[in-house]
Amino acid sequence: MNFNLSEEQDMIRDSIARFVTENYELEQRNAVIAQEHGFSKEHWQNYAELGWLSIPFAEELGGFGGGPIESMVIMQEFGRGLVAEPYLATVLLFGGLLQDGANAELKGELIPKIIEGELQGAFAYHERQSRYELSDIAARACQKDGNWMLDGEKTVVLNGAAADKIIVAARTSGEQSDETGLTLFLVDGTADGLERVAFRMTDGSEAANIRLSGVVAEAVIGPVGAGMSLMTPAIDRARLAICAEALGAMDSLNNQTIEYCKNRKQFGVAIASFQALQHRMVDMFGAYENAKSLLYRAVCAADAGDDDAYRSLLALKVMTGRAGRLIGNEAIQMHGGMGVSDELAIGHYVKRLMVINTLFGDADYHQALFARLVNTPAAETGQATSARAA
Amino acid sequence: MDTRFSDADLAFRDEVREFFAHAWDNELRAKIGNGGSKKFREGYDEWQRRLYEKGWMAPGWPVEYGGVDWSVTQSLIFNSERARVGAPDKMPFGVVMLAPVLFNYGSEEQKARFLPRILKSEDWWCQGYSEPGAGSDLASLQTRAERVGDQYIVNGSKFWITYAQYADWIFCLVRTESTARKQEGISFLLIDMKSPGVTVRPIETLDGYHHLNEVFFEDVHVPAENLVGEEGKGWTYAKSLLVHERFSIAEVAESKRGLAELRELARAEVNGGKSLLDDPIFAKRLSGIEIDLMALEYTELRVMAALAEGARPGPESSLLKLQGTDIQQALQELSMDATAYYSGALQGELSNEAFGHDFVDTAQKLYFRGRAATIYGGSNEIQKNITARHVLGL
Repeated sequence: MNFNLSEEQDMIRDSIARFVTENYELEQRNAVIAQEHGFSKEHWQNYAELGWLSIPFAEELGGFGGGPIESMVIMQEFGRGLVAEPYLATVLLFGGLLQDGANAELKGELIPKIIEGELQGAFAYHERQSRYELSDIAARACQKDGNWMLDGEKTVVLNGAAADKIIVAARTSGEQSDETGLTLFLVDGTADGLERVAFRMTDGSEAANIRLSGVVAEAVIGPVGAGMSLMTPAIDRARLAICAEALGAMDSLNNQTIEYCKNRKQFGVAIASFQALQHRMVDMFGAYENAKSLLYRAVCAADAGDDDAYRSLLALKVMTGRAGRLIGNEAIQMHGGMGVSDELAIGHYVKRLMVINTLFGDADYHQALFARLVNTPAAETGQATSARAA
Repeated sequence: MDTRFSDADLAFRDEVREFFAHAWDNELRAKIGNGGSKKFREGYDEWQRRLYEKGWMAPGWPVEYGGVDWSVTQSLIFNSERARVGAPDKMPFGVVMLAPVLFNYGSEEQKARFLPRILKSEDWWCQGYSEPGAGSDLASLQTRAERVGDQYIVNGSKFWITYAQYADWIFCLVRTESTARKQEGISFLLIDMKSPGVTVRPIETLDGYHHLNEVFFEDVHVPAENLVGEEGKGWTYAKSLLVHERFSIAEVAESKRGLAELRELARAEVNGGKSLLDDPIFAKRLSGIEIDLMALEYTELRVMAALAEGARPGPESSLLKLQGTDIQQALQELSMDATAYYSGALQGELSNEAFGHDFVDTAQKLYFRGRAATIYGGSNEIQKNITARHVLGL
């Protein structure tokens, strides 16, 4: 049993850490966020050159063949630096769905473009009424004159306005909340009948609401009517990735808080000498280590294809939300007045953690799923089960 | 990064299951119980003898002293299986706490005399550290050991000594010198509990069991050869123990067992026509504990993996007792809440059937015994102080 990174994984981590140190001071980040779509095209090109955009893709497609551990390493460093580029949306979600579901020709056409930094993507699954239920989809797709035509509205599409191509989840059969009857379609961002309204999230990242009126799809991704079979693993991978990102952010918040308390003097002494504050910083440290242990647990289980992987993933998302909130609140509190100002990086990290908690289901949502999963006796053994329901 | 079981690990797991299926039975379970039964020591010694006969009494001991060299994964497998069947861990005082001090600092005579008897459960040890005036501030201990010829004369008392009523021997921190720096005058002394002048007095605790005792030393003569290592080095030896205690201090296996039991109890418990397990608030509390425990399990593995590689354990090791005991207490509290107003009932002579439930006052007893977990072995406050200073650099 070991928790070490390989040499290659270490190298990836170090190169991203170096990049972040040189390019993501708070003012630098603010300048990036201020750009169109909330990220830097120059940085994105840089990532392409450094090979980072290729990491999760198969070698036959020009990728590095990386798995959950590589994604964890990358996202953790991005989180630590509050990196704003849409790696999650374009590479992991959009690119991951293409890799899993697109036909060979389409994969061969689009994935190299992602790797070269020439293509932005997005995955549109969420709708106004869905809250956290992935299958609650009303947007419809029907066939007309040999084409698939899409109608409906998708909301909070991450990177939706910058995307050149968008994968849209729409219903081809069944009732609104059915898990069957969903299909994934590829549409062009500038297609006729597609309207995008962009907006910023609280962490500065950009999302879009997308209205589709008779939009002709360019391709079907994966099997018709069985889109969930692609969506579920893609969203699970994304959950794992943002928990890694959150861990990096939490680590940074803890370190910033300790530094601040050591330097801040009141009543003639550094406030770091007050036992009550020390103990709270220990609690923040404990919350971080819990999230880290669960991240390693979930990543290793995913990497090994363990039965326990789903249960571990649910636990991780719960812990990330709870630890993130505790650490975020305490970090602000211990910075006193400065903690509520926009001037320090603290608030920006806290906001990113808030957004992460709401992505793909918050802590409470995951905890209810977890409880239902573990309290259901497995048919044969009578013991609680830990495997995802088929 | 890899946490998978190899084929050899799976074969080991089968071996462990086979062992527990034969060696851990209801008779032992009844004798050992929760520590209150008359056959407690008898049952415990028998259990440990079965472990010894299998060669599994001392994982972590050097092989030349009778230890078995398990990998981190094997330790995990053994403890997980132990949790599943509800078998207790070894009594730690001799085999886990004293033995490493003897390996590292004891004389050859002391090793030859005491280690085999620990291994075979022929001697029961207790730990003589705390005093009425020396709890968290252990270094201020006052029990004196005065060197006279080839003996030490010991005077003083020790407090909160677990299972002193069963012990044959006690390992003590005693003051051999009054020094400017308190720690430098402390020595590590082995004392025969049958020595004249040693008195044991039970301490009554909230849970109604008898675990704890006061031990009084009145002009107790201890042969000088019972000093471990050098005079004045006792504090250093005691601190070195802390690394070895880490392996089970989080009590992950016990908490896993407790969680599984509570789940089944709640499943069978009816509340408003439905299972208590379907109550969203109960389900949330139980699942919250389970998630914390899943994290702690891997924190412990991370520490063990580092130690297995010969590296220093990472900063997360300071969290094991803190988080382990918080989880234990959360489980105990939830168990009390699950057993509702029955948890207030003292069973006395009545059977479980008279109450109509299996659990009755057990939850209450375990809850009160569990209050001590955040106090002994370094209180939560001390753990946080240590973590703040040595890990966070505050």
